Amino acid sequence: MSSDAMAIQTAEVRGAQPWVQTLHEWVTTVDHKRLGILYVLLALIFLIIGGIEATIIRIQLMRPHNDFVSPQVFNRMFTMHGTTMIFFVIMPVMFGFANYLVPLMIGARDMAFPRLNAFSFWLTAFGACLLYFSLIGGSGLYGAGNAPDVGWWAYAPLTSRAFSPGHSSDYWTIALLVSGFGSVGAGINIIGTILCMRCPGMKLGRMPLLAWLNLVMAGLVLITITPLSAAQIMLLVDRYLGGHFFDTQAGGSAALWMHFFWIFGHPEVYILVIPAFAFVSEIIPVFSRKPIFGYPVMVGATVAIAFVSLSVWAHHMFSIGMSSYSNSFFVLTTMVIAVPTGIKIFNWLGTMWGGKIQFKIPMLFCIGFLFQFLIAGLTGIMQGAAPFDWQLTGSYFVVAHFHYVIVGGIVFALFAAFYYWFPKITGRMLNETLGKLHFWLFLIGFHLTFDTMHIPGMLGMPRRIYTYEPGRGWDTWNLIVTIGAFIQGVAILVFVANLVFSYFSGPKAGNDPWDAWTLEWSVSSPPPAYNFASIPTVASRRPLWDRKHPEDPDSRYE
Amino acid sequence: MSAITTPITQAPEAWSLTYRGKVAMACLIIAESAIFTIFVVAYLFYVGKSLTGPTPREVLETPIFYTICLLSSSLTIHVASGFLERGKRGSFLGFWLLTIVLGALFIYGTAQEWHRLIYEHGLTISTNLFGTTYYSLVGLHATHVTVGLLMLTVVLLFGLSGHVGREQSARVDVLSMYWHFVDAVWVVVFTVVYVLGR
Repeated sequence: MSSDAMAIQTAEVRGAQPWVQTLHEWVTTVDHKRLGILYVLLALIFLIIGGIEATIIRIQLMRPHNDFVSPQVFNRMFTMHGTTMIFFVIMPVMFGFANYLVPLMIGARDMAFPRLNAFSFWLTAFGACLLYFSLIGGSGLYGAGNAPDVGWWAYAPLTSRAFSPGHSSDYWTIALLVSGFGSVGAGINIIGTILCMRCPGMKLGRMPLLAWLNLVMAGLVLITITPLSAAQIMLLVDRYLGGHFFDTQAGGSAALWMHFFWIFGHPEVYILVIPAFAFVSEIIPVFSRKPIFGYPVMVGATVAIAFVSLSVWAHHMFSIGMSSYSNSFFVLTTMVIAVPTGIKIFNWLGTMWGGKIQFKIPMLFCIGFLFQFLIAGLTGIMQGAAPFDWQLTGSYFVVAHFHYVIVGGIVFALFAAFYYWFPKITGRMLNETLGKLHFWLFLIGFHLTFDTMHIPGMLGMPRRIYTYEPGRGWDTWNLIVTIGAFIQGVAILVFVANLVFSYFSGPKAGNDPWDAWTLEWSVSSPPPAYNFASIPTVASRRPLWDRKHPEDPDSRYE
Repeated sequence: MSAITTPITQAPEAWSLTYRGKVAMACLIIAESAIFTIFVVAYLFYVGKSLTGPTPREVLETPIFYTICLLSSSLTIHVASGFLERGKRGSFLGFWLLTIVLGALFIYGTAQEWHRLIYEHGLTISTNLFGTTYYSLVGLHATHVTVGLLMLTVVLLFGLSGHVGREQSARVDVLSMYWHFVDAVWVVVFTVVYVLGR
């Protein structure tokens, strides 16, 4: 095929370039695939950094009266760990995959706004650098740095000048403001691409679920990241212009910051998890050799989740003393969210039911995701009940719950996506043996850490404590949690080694190693810069099935 | 390469999707609305909660004239883009300039009001909760008007040098969407600050 020959030619030309020129090409690129890769690489770098911070936290808590780090450093570590993992690992990696995959899946040659795309990426990268610049620039450029230490919620009045001198909180604020603008840009771009760039025949009802779910995610980005930006602007007004938004001594309200933060904070969880649903919805059908079960219901459930997620935020705040009506309202909305989420889980199970399941690595991670996400949802329902939450809020039970969602759910789906699309992105397969090792090590480490972590929480261990007294029944549990964290760390190293090793010497993937059905598998691996030599036309939800089985195309049944 | 690269040849019926500029501006407007919502909520939440004066009732004067200026600029920009669509570039430029003048008048009005509040009543952003919320909300809106004016001016300069014609009409419409949004926000801000907030 000519596109292949051209790809090889360009590869040869690129190989002969001096590295400065290659670097220049990557820095100035507006290609959605390269920007997607840049997003993912940024996220991987910060995954390592955030992971190191988590390890420091766990070493400190490994045994009672430990003094591995000082209390001040401990506060900085959990603040930076949370902020980094949410804003500079999971969000960029999700935007990266959306960037890379959405145009390929809907038959477009690029995103709707390539330059806005590059701008959004660099804003995100710049935000990440600003956050970490606080380490050297926190108190001005005296070399006496100080990272943010107010927790990732940054509750007032901790962020007031009196309690947070220097500039560490300002770096936190501005980093999130800047990367927030980047996220909004990326959201606009994803919506613009999906609504305006689909190839002929790709009706909304024929889009791959990944495109649908990312459309919903991008819509959520528009209305949830912006309240955070607004609150950050108010915080800057308070800190720099002497405003009183969150200044209780001048009549301001600390609870208002909580509301504003969680109006962003809870839907944010869905911004992170909906793309994870998207990966699972693409991968499970391919390895079950069946089309997705209940496509329209899946789309409807996603929209319902996004809609309801906008009205649940105050379940993070049951303990601040809201009226019983508010409490009941937020308990009810929180419980309601379990319905569409349950529908999705049943749809994935329905897809696997009666299928010829292939236990390839992406599928292993997806199955892990299904189990763990279910358990995470169940502990979520427990805490969604206000009386139960009053007992356990601010304890390690909460920490265990949301790590179960983010690691057990989102990160497992993310690893599935890496193993599934790595061949498309690099042209080489990831190593199966290392992949299996990665999966099992990570699974064992994950369960050791986060299953166990619920127990000290129920025994009364508060989150964010620097150390604890021996003999409260927390000691052994904390040791096990730390051991699990190290096993996860080793698993991540295996994963990174697999990425590097397979990138250079993995077996060639070919166009379509999984015998899949969506358009990205119709082009070469890696795809040429223009994606499609001629814009494809589709007639069903599984265009490649139609091409491979002209005698029995899906389009006949739609 | 395998045989699967043969595209399915089934010419679909007319395939046209929405103009991406319009979709993007609609998205931006949704995102901006969320920002303004938070500021409006903060304003309403803090009405009457200032511990010290001055209060809105004492110092605010309703800017009727400048409000009429801004709201009528929505009309003139609409007329202007209508002229552009029909290829009447002279009338387009005239109404476009009128829009800019009306917008600039509004900003002048805001500047006047702030000057009066600061110098006559000693109300700054750090005086009390009213000052903090008032200057933030009105200032956020004024910033949007200013950004809009800059963009309108860029189009005017291009238009004067003869580079804006009927082909650019869709793009100009995108900008006028933003301007309509800025005006609509003022209706909300006006209601909140000058009607409900007093």
